[in-house]
Amino acid sequence: MRFKSLLIGAAIAVAVALPGQAKELRFAFQGDLKSLDPYNLNETFTLGFLGNIYEGLTRRSPDLSIEPALAESWSIEEPTRWRFNLRKGVKFQDGTELTADDVLFSADRVRADGSDLKTRLAGVVDVIKVDDHTVDFVTDAPNPILHAEWSTWYIMSKAWAEKNGATKPQAATGNEENYATRHANGTGPFMIETHEVGVRTVAVPNPNWWDKATHNLTKVTFTQIAADPTRVAALLSGEVDMAYPIPLQDQARVDANPGTRVLAGPELRTIFLGMDQFRDELLYSNIKGKNPFKDHRVREAFFRAIDIEAIKAKVMRGNSQPSAMMVAPGVQGGGDPRFTRLGYDPDKSKALLAEAGYADGFEVGMDCPNDRYVNDEQICLAVVSMLAKVGIKVNLNAQPKALYFKKILAPSLDTSFYLLGWTPGSFDSWNVLYNIHGCPDESGKGKFNLGGYCNPKVDELTAKVLSETDADKRAKMVSDAWAMTIEDISHIPLHQQALSWGVSNKVELAQRADNEFHWRHVTIK
Amino acid sequence: MLALIIRRLLQSVMVMLTVALIAFIMFRFVGDPIAQMVGQDTPIADREAMREQLGLNDPAPIQFARFVFNVVQGNFGISYQKGVPVDELILSRLPATLELSFVAALFALVVAIPMGIYTGLYPRRWLSNVFLTVSLLGISLPTFLIGILLILFFGVMLGWLPTYGRGEIVDLGAWTTGLLTESGIRSLLMPAFTLGLFQLTLIMRLVRSEMLEVMRTDYIKFARARGLSNRAVHFGHALKNTLVPVITITGLQLGSIIAFSIITETVFQWPGMGLLIVQAIQFVDIPVMSTYLIVIAFFFVIINMIVDILYHVVDPRLRAETGGKGH
Repeated sequence: MRFKSLLIGAAIAVAVALPGQAKELRFAFQGDLKSLDPYNLNETFTLGFLGNIYEGLTRRSPDLSIEPALAESWSIEEPTRWRFNLRKGVKFQDGTELTADDVLFSADRVRADGSDLKTRLAGVVDVIKVDDHTVDFVTDAPNPILHAEWSTWYIMSKAWAEKNGATKPQAATGNEENYATRHANGTGPFMIETHEVGVRTVAVPNPNWWDKATHNLTKVTFTQIAADPTRVAALLSGEVDMAYPIPLQDQARVDANPGTRVLAGPELRTIFLGMDQFRDELLYSNIKGKNPFKDHRVREAFFRAIDIEAIKAKVMRGNSQPSAMMVAPGVQGGGDPRFTRLGYDPDKSKALLAEAGYADGFEVGMDCPNDRYVNDEQICLAVVSMLAKVGIKVNLNAQPKALYFKKILAPSLDTSFYLLGWTPGSFDSWNVLYNIHGCPDESGKGKFNLGGYCNPKVDELTAKVLSETDADKRAKMVSDAWAMTIEDISHIPLHQQALSWGVSNKVELAQRADNEFHWRHVTIK
Repeated sequence: MLALIIRRLLQSVMVMLTVALIAFIMFRFVGDPIAQMVGQDTPIADREAMREQLGLNDPAPIQFARFVFNVVQGNFGISYQKGVPVDELILSRLPATLELSFVAALFALVVAIPMGIYTGLYPRRWLSNVFLTVSLLGISLPTFLIGILLILFFGVMLGWLPTYGRGEIVDLGAWTTGLLTESGIRSLLMPAFTLGLFQLTLIMRLVRSEMLEVMRTDYIKFARARGLSNRAVHFGHALKNTLVPVITITGLQLGSIIAFSIITETVFQWPGMGLLIVQAIQFVDIPVMSTYLIVIAFFFVIINMIVDILYHVVDPRLRAETGGKGH
């Protein structure tokens, strides 16, 4: 079986290659490709990787704007009915043709039990086949950003899934392996040749791809290299052509090496601090009987005690963009010039604390991951020492993400003060307002609002943003909602960390701010 | 002999059960797999339902019992992290680890025993001092540092050897091997050296001190008095008597090489079981962790058994005893 697919792959590779030229892209990433099933895990790397094999109705260009992919065009027929016209003549990699049935099938599959991408079709009440190449999506309420996340909702072949018994995604809790876990059949520019779980994955170009290939690759090999120094060494020694992420302390070395360079760019993830504002008494503090974080002055004092430029210069080695907002400039509603950070002012911070009745400061526990974000623990240590200068004694508990998330996420919410990062999957402010600023309730609102910040006016506006279809009005509402949360100091935004890709000089590629790596933009000299 | 083997196999079942039980009691301190099994958009209720379905809310003894019940039926579960059956995953990683471990152990033995004999026989020669000094490095430098230094020197600066992975491997059906291709062997050199260095030092020092000890004994003096050649005295009489402790240590160390090749495999991204378990721990992949632990326990028992059998081969006194009526 493996030998056969190797032969086929080799034949294709030969057919596609320019005479006598093999252009192989070898790349390494810190993490692992979890499953080839595109509905299994809503995670950037896995979905980004699969975006080379599978395609959605839409796709994102390198600057993240939405462009047509499997749907040639779409229109909003009524506020609650979107029509998508499928591209004709698109073939899956097994040779079957893409039709509306495949879209309907994928819509069912992505909403089935075991799918982690159910939210892609949240609010869609009906998917209707108009004809073989036209599909209507009916929503329960107007939704102007219905298709914002559809570039990672990949369309699967109904015939293929039925033939191989993969009509449902593999439930995380299931007892049997699903065929789609180790096999893929997309419409995209590349197809899987071999996939050794957790070791190596090899892909070759799809000769029947509908779009014109602008890359010149004949083969792509992915290997996970988890250890930072090994990943950097593999890049420096030329054993891989691209590796990411490059640790900040190794960037200079990669740049100094004659054959390699670092591509740094802003990422969409915002790193921030959160404070418990809902308990009447903090879980980890020496102040009993009241919660200092309920006092706006205390939150402001914390904000003003943090020297974000020092964090940028010392901890992040210049690789961060201090942020006034809880969303990055690349996100809809982000980069609003209306907002600036509260200035760093330890004296004012002390004065505010004194005014709030904490002239001698107080103690508080802080939770921090140490293997999740770029230099996360070091950021927390810097915050601890900065707060110490205004009299706040912070007891830091930095631990691996598996323990950290168990402690701080709902339902336990076992934290008083924490560091977290967030990228809205839809690249839109609504996601952040809803998940991180909404008053937590049973519906899932405020799911990641771990400090329980709650302002009903913000909630009201957030709900309106969801269904407002006029772009200008919507932008105004988003801006006003942000104004309220910033005024309240709901959280303390820190910065957007920088992407850090190490690339061989013979490789040209497009770096996307969402940290997805698309090989169709790669050329090798 | 047969009785010994059967007894040991029965013991191994007990050992494996105990290891698994302790493992399940400890898993609760490793963290929560759910946050990594789902994306950030997954509702809290769904997460809670998953936790319930996976039985993560049950007390450790119940989780343990369920695991044993499934294993007895040949079902080791599905990896939380990778979605494929755990037994298949571990079996596919086993060849990489075993090859690395055996090559490392072989390297350690082949180099260490002659060095140990030499330093034991000629403790005052300058070459002995060189050996001893160098071996100090092997015992005092941490493995990951040695690995990284090797990568830096031979991989990055000289560009002679691959910095990561296993190179090209040949699939023999049930076994994959890197020993049949040039890139596979080149990839093996640095990891095997790194993994074997500590053992090399240990065995060399052990052989040396045993040798020094034995050379002072009366029967060596008698052997010399009988006019035997140096060669016959050193290798025929002295060496053989130094080997019992060497075999014990080598056996035990082989177990730990297999079980604790974790650091070497991580540094070199060697696709073996050590790398698998490190990732499983970070992910809290309970099915992989528990299966790995019982497999390792099994290895230890088997290796100990082989060591016991080798004692009988090397030491005739033991043979005589068991040939009689046992202990």
